[in-house]
Order: sequence, then structure tokens, then C-alpha cells
Amino acid sequence: MNPIQAPPKRALLSAIPVAVILFFLPLLITPYHVTLLAYGLIFAIAALGFNLLLGYTGLLSFGHSAYFGMGAYAVAFIVKYLNITSMEVFLLGGILASAAIAALFGFLCVRYTRIFFGILTLALSQVLWSLAFKFYWVTGGTDGLRVPTPSLLGVQNPAGEDKMIFLAHRYYYYVLVIFLVGVAVMWVIVHSPFGKALQAIRDNETRAEFVGVQVWRYRWVAFLVSGIYTGVAGTLWVPLNGLTTPDILHWTFSGKIVFFTVLGGFQTFMGPIIGGVAYNYLETYAVGHTVYWQMVLGVVLVLLVLVLPTGIAGTAGRLVLRLRRAA
Amino acid sequence: MVLLETKSLTKYFGDTHAIDHVDFSVAQGELLALIGSNGAGKTTLVNLISGLLRADSGTILFQGTDVTVMSVHDRIRAGIARSFQLVTVFDQLGTLDNVVLAIFSREGKTRRLLSLASSDHPVREEAFEVLREFGLDGKASQPAGGLSQGERKLLDVAVAYALRPKLLFLDEPTSGVSTREKAPIMDVITSIVRSGKITAVIIEHDMDVVFRYSDRIVVMHEGTILADGRPDEIRRNEQVTITLLGTSPSQ
Repeated sequence: MNPIQAPPKRALLSAIPVAVILFFLPLLITPYHVTLLAYGLIFAIAALGFNLLLGYTGLLSFGHSAYFGMGAYAVAFIVKYLNITSMEVFLLGGILASAAIAALFGFLCVRYTRIFFGILTLALSQVLWSLAFKFYWVTGGTDGLRVPTPSLLGVQNPAGEDKMIFLAHRYYYYVLVIFLVGVAVMWVIVHSPFGKALQAIRDNETRAEFVGVQVWRYRWVAFLVSGIYTGVAGTLWVPLNGLTTPDILHWTFSGKIVFFTVLGGFQTFMGPIIGGVAYNYLETYAVGHTVYWQMVLGVVLVLLVLVLPTGIAGTAGRLVLRLRRAA
Repeated sequence: MVLLETKSLTKYFGDTHAIDHVDFSVAQGELLALIGSNGAGKTTLVNLISGLLRADSGTILFQGTDVTVMSVHDRIRAGIARSFQLVTVFDQLGTLDNVVLAIFSREGKTRRLLSLASSDHPVREEAFEVLREFGLDGKASQPAGGLSQGERKLLDVAVAYALRPKLLFLDEPTSGVSTREKAPIMDVITSIVRSGKITAVIIEHDMDVVFRYSDRIVVMHEGTILADGRPDEIRRNEQVTITLLGTSPSQ
């Protein structure tokens, strides 16, 4: 291959059959499983944003619950205080709220790396959690805030339509479109000159600086984009869940986002997407089958780190490579 | 013409005078070697000029402009680039992409989020030409982490060179590479300096390399400049040979 020529966009082309499968899947599976898939796609959006920091910039955040929660609470506040139920307004509000918080938290955090960065992001997210927890007259406290079925593209949910049907059909396709757009945009970002600069920062921060990359500024932009992706995920999640509570602002939810990404594999573009979907199924089935579900997830995490450090995508990639060599 | 000069440049590390009121200059178009024993202050001087460290006092003038308190980014924009003693290429990027990144940075294109890096053919072609100049064009598609130590050294210099600096500092460009790999590295550096494209300052411990390739040699000792002259002058300088080698030139 001539290295000057653009490398084939095989990754993006290979996504087309996956998109087709995701499009037709609701015709083949039960509404319950479609909503599970919708949750998975939403978690995948969050993981995709998170991995812009971890996989591409080398920053491990333990505070991404803040942006997911901001997206969700922005929707709840729009309903509570403005009495608006348009999904497009929800998205706009969720993006603005998560961007504002990510811009502020990012400004404070990007000067630090490694454990200091992780702890600072965790501490800042816990500030939001405690506000949501204590200011119950605004946030509903531990009871949370309910979010009704939204209108999509100005079309109100017909009166009497089963909510499950709405979520498993129209809402699923709404989520799917945003997911596909989000994946395409992120693919371009990580393959852009900006994405290359982030990878240079990850590989060697000092050298990147001496190539002329303004390290803090680029990290901040990456933080902002990452926060917005996670905020969009939170915005899409809350109508599906019907309720937002302080739990999604707690640091343990940030841990879940780390889990999605590690499960799928943070060294590949597809890893976090696979991880987001796979984790959702894993948790749902673990919860459904045993009261010790948290222990099951813990064991999976330990096995993952010890046996599959490159996650599902990384391991699958290695297996494919081995099979090709053997053939 | 003087390209860079420092006036009474000083840097302390605690009670240690790492750089002690140093007046140092680099003329345009020369290949200058900075030599001295370990701890003489060579790397600290380069760190101060390139912006990695801040001077405690004194001034740094680059093309007549005071750059003493400029950010690293602004110094690079002004035309000062450097490589490091330990090879610092971006291992997970491709060899070509290492150089592509430097060109994107030089052209202010790294701010672009929504365009594909691989679609910018002029930049990729220029990067490929740089690799060709450094004899690395055959490795363009390989990850930089998979190159040999000598190739990584070359790539490190190529990345700095792709920034099109006016003044390039190379901290031990031949350290850690085999004797066989030293000559190609120095030949490339000499070639780009002789073509009038850049001025280079090398920090080097290999005296064969220093005396063979440099136009001028500055000898540092305990944070000060001990001697400054052409290679033949430095070779005859008794104070230098006694300080560096422990012997006099006649011995």
C-alpha cells in the first residue's frame, strides 16, 4: 500500500452491515430485548465519549457520572420547570448542561494526569452527587425526578399507546440514529489531525508539547467532547428509564462506565461500543439470575483484567489475526 | 549573523549553579557542538533555551527577540525546535504519522476535529519526502514503536526537522545507537545544515563525531563556558584537554 494514500476506510464500511442488523433487529426480538439493546446503545455512546479520554488521550476519569447525570437531570429540569416534553429540546438542554459542566471540570482537571486526574474527576463528580442528594426540593432527593414519554421530532406519543411499544420501536430508532451519528462523528474525530495530536499526547506528553501541541488546551477540548457524548447518553437514557435519581451521579456509576470500556477494550475504536452493549446484557442477566449479581460482575472484572486485558474487541482482533496467519 | 544569544543566563537547582551567567551564541548556518562532562550544564542550557525550564535570570535573544519567558509553543512558532536525549517518538502512531503530526502542528491544522488526517495528501507527501531525506521512507507504514533504536533516533530528528525550525537542538543524537548507525544519522544532520535549511546545535559525547562534523565547539564545565572555538582550536586547548580528558595536548 502506498503510505501517502489515505488508508481504506474499511472500519467505517464494515459498520454498515452492523447498522443494517441493528435496524432490522426489532423485527426479530421481543420489545423487552429491544429496550435492553437501546440501553446498551446508550451506554455505548457514553463509553465512546469516555474512551476519547482513556484510549486516545491517556486520561482515566473516574467522574464521568457527572456528565451522564447532568444530561439526565437537564431533561428532568426541563420537564419540571418548563413543562416541555420535546426530545429535541431535551437533547439541546442535555448537551448544553453537560458541556458547561465538562468545560468547568475539564479546566480544573486537565493540568493533572494519572492518579491526580482520576481523583480530581471523582471528587468533582461527587460534589454534583451530593448536591442532587441534598437539594431534594429541586432534585427530588433520593426519590429522583420522573420524566414522561417525550415527543419525537414534534410527534406526540398517541394516547393509549403502550409505553413499552413506544420505547421498543420509535424511541429505539431515535436512539439508533443518534448512536450511528455519534459513532461516525467520533470515528472522524479520532482519525482527524486533532485525534492524532491526542494520541501523541497519550504516547509522550513532553514530546507532543515540543512538536507544538498545546497539551492542556487539547486535553480540555477532548474532555469537553467526552463530556458532551456522555451527557447525550444521559439525556437519551432518562426517557427510557422514566426516572432520574442521584445514583447516576455517584462515583460507582463512573466505575460502570470504566467497566464498559475495559470490558470491550479501550485500545480499539469498537471496544467501548461492544463493552457498553455487552455490559448491559451481563448486568441484566446477572441481576435476573442471582442476588449475588455484584459479586458476579466483580469476578468478571477480575477475570477481564487478568485474562483479557485488551477486552473483547482486542482479544477478538488477536484471534482473527492468528487465524489469518494460520490460514 | 548571530541567530541566538544568551546573556548572563543563570539557573540554580537548590544551591547548585547548573548554569552560571552563561553568554552563549549560535551563528546562522553553523553546526555547533556543545560538549562537556556529565553535569556540565549542556542539557540544562538547551532546556532553558527551548523552554522546558525557566531561567532564574539572564536573557535569551532569538533573532534579536527576547524569548526568555515565551511558552514552548511560541518558541516553536519562532523557529526553535529540539529532540531529546532519550528517544521520544510517538510509538503507537505510524512512522509517517509521526512526521505528519509535526507538519499538521506547524501549519496549525491539529485544531481540526472534523477532517480526516489521512485525506490531507499534500501534508502526507511532504512527510514522505522528509522520511525519504532521512532514509526512512521504506518504514513509513510501520508503527514507530517497531523501529530499531537507530531508526527511532532518525525519526526523532525527522519529526523536529519537519517543524521547519531555524534552529534545531539535538541532545545526543547518536547516543545508544551502534557505531554503524552513527554515521548515517550525522550525515543527514550535516546535509540539512549544509543545504542552508537549518542551524543545528548538537550535544554529543562521542568526540570522533564532534570533531568530524561540527563547525564550532563550545565546551562547558560546571555550568560555565570553558572554551569556544573551531575544532582544531579546541583540540589544541590545553585547559579543555586537561579538564575533559585529564591529560595535556602534548601527552
